[in-house]
Amino acid sequence: MRLVKRNGVIGADPYRRLADDAPLIDGPVIVSWTRWMQEQATLQHCAQPIGVQLPNTTDLAAAWPLLANRPLIELEFPAFGDGRAYSQAVLLRQRYRYAGELRAQGLAVVQDQAAELLRCGFDSFALRADQPSDGFIERLKTAGQQTWYQHGLEPTVAHVGARRNHRADVHV
Amino acid sequence: MYQYDEYDQRLVDQRVAQFRDQTRRFLAGELPEDEFRALRLRNGLYLQRFAPMLRIAVPYGLLSSTQLRMLARIARTYDKGYGHFTTRQNLQFNWPRLEQVPDILADLASVQMHAIQTSGNCIRNITADHLAGVAADELVDPRPYCEITRQWATFHPEFNWLPRKFKIAFSSSTTDRAATQVHDIGVHIVRSEVGELGYSIYVGGGLGRMPMLAHCIRPFLPEADLLSYLEAVLRIYNRLGRRDNIHRARIKILVKELGPERFTELVEAEWAQIDRAAFALSAEALTRMRAHFTAPAYAADAAADPRFDAAVRADRAFAAFVKRNVRAHRVDGYKVVFVSLKAPGVAPGDITAEQMDRVAALADRYSFGEVRATHDQNLVLADVAQSDVHAVWLALRDAGLATPNIGLLTDLICCPGLDFCSLANAGSIGVAADINDRFDALDHLYDIGELKLKMSGCMNGCGHHSVGHIGILGVDKKGEEWYQVTLGGSAENDASLGDRTGPSFSRAQIADAVERIIAVYLEQRRSEDEAFLACYRRIGMAPFKARLYAEEAVA
Repeated sequence: MRLVKRNGVIGADPYRRLADDAPLIDGPVIVSWTRWMQEQATLQHCAQPIGVQLPNTTDLAAAWPLLANRPLIELEFPAFGDGRAYSQAVLLRQRYRYAGELRAQGLAVVQDQAAELLRCGFDSFALRADQPSDGFIERLKTAGQQTWYQHGLEPTVAHVGARRNHRADVHV
Repeated sequence: MYQYDEYDQRLVDQRVAQFRDQTRRFLAGELPEDEFRALRLRNGLYLQRFAPMLRIAVPYGLLSSTQLRMLARIARTYDKGYGHFTTRQNLQFNWPRLEQVPDILADLASVQMHAIQTSGNCIRNITADHLAGVAADELVDPRPYCEITRQWATFHPEFNWLPRKFKIAFSSSTTDRAATQVHDIGVHIVRSEVGELGYSIYVGGGLGRMPMLAHCIRPFLPEADLLSYLEAVLRIYNRLGRRDNIHRARIKILVKELGPERFTELVEAEWAQIDRAAFALSAEALTRMRAHFTAPAYAADAAADPRFDAAVRADRAFAAFVKRNVRAHRVDGYKVVFVSLKAPGVAPGDITAEQMDRVAALADRYSFGEVRATHDQNLVLADVAQSDVHAVWLALRDAGLATPNIGLLTDLICCPGLDFCSLANAGSIGVAADINDRFDALDHLYDIGELKLKMSGCMNGCGHHSVGHIGILGVDKKGEEWYQVTLGGSAENDASLGDRTGPSFSRAQIADAVERIIAVYLEQRRSEDEAFLACYRRIGMAPFKARLYAEEAVA
């Protein structure tokens, strides 16, 4: 799996994915939401970074207290056109002020959705296997020049500020 | 009308470049077909029965003459010389070539147009009253709010991959001319009891195979809070709308399954947590947007000109046109002139490049350079001085655009049907032509009066059959085209869904069935003042059913 960071740097994933029945190993791991719910009383106290993969049907209002201190939350795109995780990402960043790593994983992690993913607050991307990384990275790098009418959640949004001062017709 | 600034222009230009790249990658085999499908639909491009179909956005139905001329040029250059206005105030071309679509989009961008979000599971073009700004029964001009909503909805990063398409319509008048109650969200601009401006929000209406009327989930929303409330509705829908079955994915199903009360609770709870201040429409922003939609420079002495009344008295054909195709304007001395795209023998909504150019020229000369598209698939010249109406009529008549049938039976609305659409079960244009033939004796029509006949070639209901006073739905029965008939639908303030008459009719029977329905109405109505819908609501289905399914009817 190729992991791309928000800044366009591609590299190996420091996290390893742990199956629900696999014994805990050393180093950073990602566990399923199911496992986290069942074992969080013990996993909570492990020194190693433990990230959680959240299904896109999970209601964050209920889940947030169990996620607040996680270093990584991975959101899923089970289909190219299934946009539920976009709302989860916005809620995590905007409502719950989640400041850890927010990772996109699944069939929508492609260059044609890169700008939207970035815009909704994702900052790492598990690039889909068939995707050429250069196209995706190019989209991340040029996303700053893309024009939007909405507020953005990516950290650098100078152009949005420009729009806000410039005209303010909508809510920008 | 709204004018792009550099920011808007850059946004549209970037989209053209992005789609050009996506098309190139698809043709080079680098982009999977199902993904290109989702991406091209967001740019208005369908692959249809015979060729691609490109649907171009006409935001809330408003076009400049320059834009209409560009549409004519595109029709000539890339298509077969005509286009088709749809029931959502957009324009479709039926014969463009896939490889040329990026060029068409670039041409459109040069006149501040695009095909963004005219299809696909995202927020579609915003529609509104085609008489916005000129209607006498209007509270305020809805177009500034439509444009604000259009911008908010364009490439909304959170709501670009919804369970299903999402349609929003605005109305701000006593008579709802935008069919708002059959939209995913209908926004009625209203005043509160203490006189504050705001909105009533309707959610969950829709046509298609399960037609439903929208529920009012908030009787009054303050003016500043439009976008935060739309965010709340869309977020609930994006999170909870069904994605397991395409036929149950519209928000109307979510509203139905949760129940309107529970759905409303969820939206209100979400809205309570949204940072409303961040989305609030400031008085300054509203003022700036309203400045795009100011009234043109009407002549103060227009009402003094006697030529209009004189022409009506002198010319019976002109008088017939005025009676049917000309409406009152809020400004004394001006008229609203309807351009009929329902001439006999022409598919409803079709217009040739030559006709587009002629309408553009008339708009420039007589109507401040603007044209509107209606959801009934006609055009409107909204600001014609009464002294000019006769000249406009002569020019329209010469162009085949003056059929005096607005609001009448032959002003039927109709989807492209089996002739063009890959979804359709049955032809609709041919049936429209049959009905036209049978009722083209205009005197007969005048007797029938106001009657909205709406026809769709399949369950998807693009022809709005469920809300037709008479609705016709094409169905497939063992490979043959049959037609179900409904009576009593309406998309206006008194919105209702039509009732099925009973078993469907064959292609050969359907025009006759419509004639029988009309005959019952003409016998039963109390006077010429009782329109079809009122009569149906009074006498009910029984007399129509009896006539339709009498022995000889099925023979």
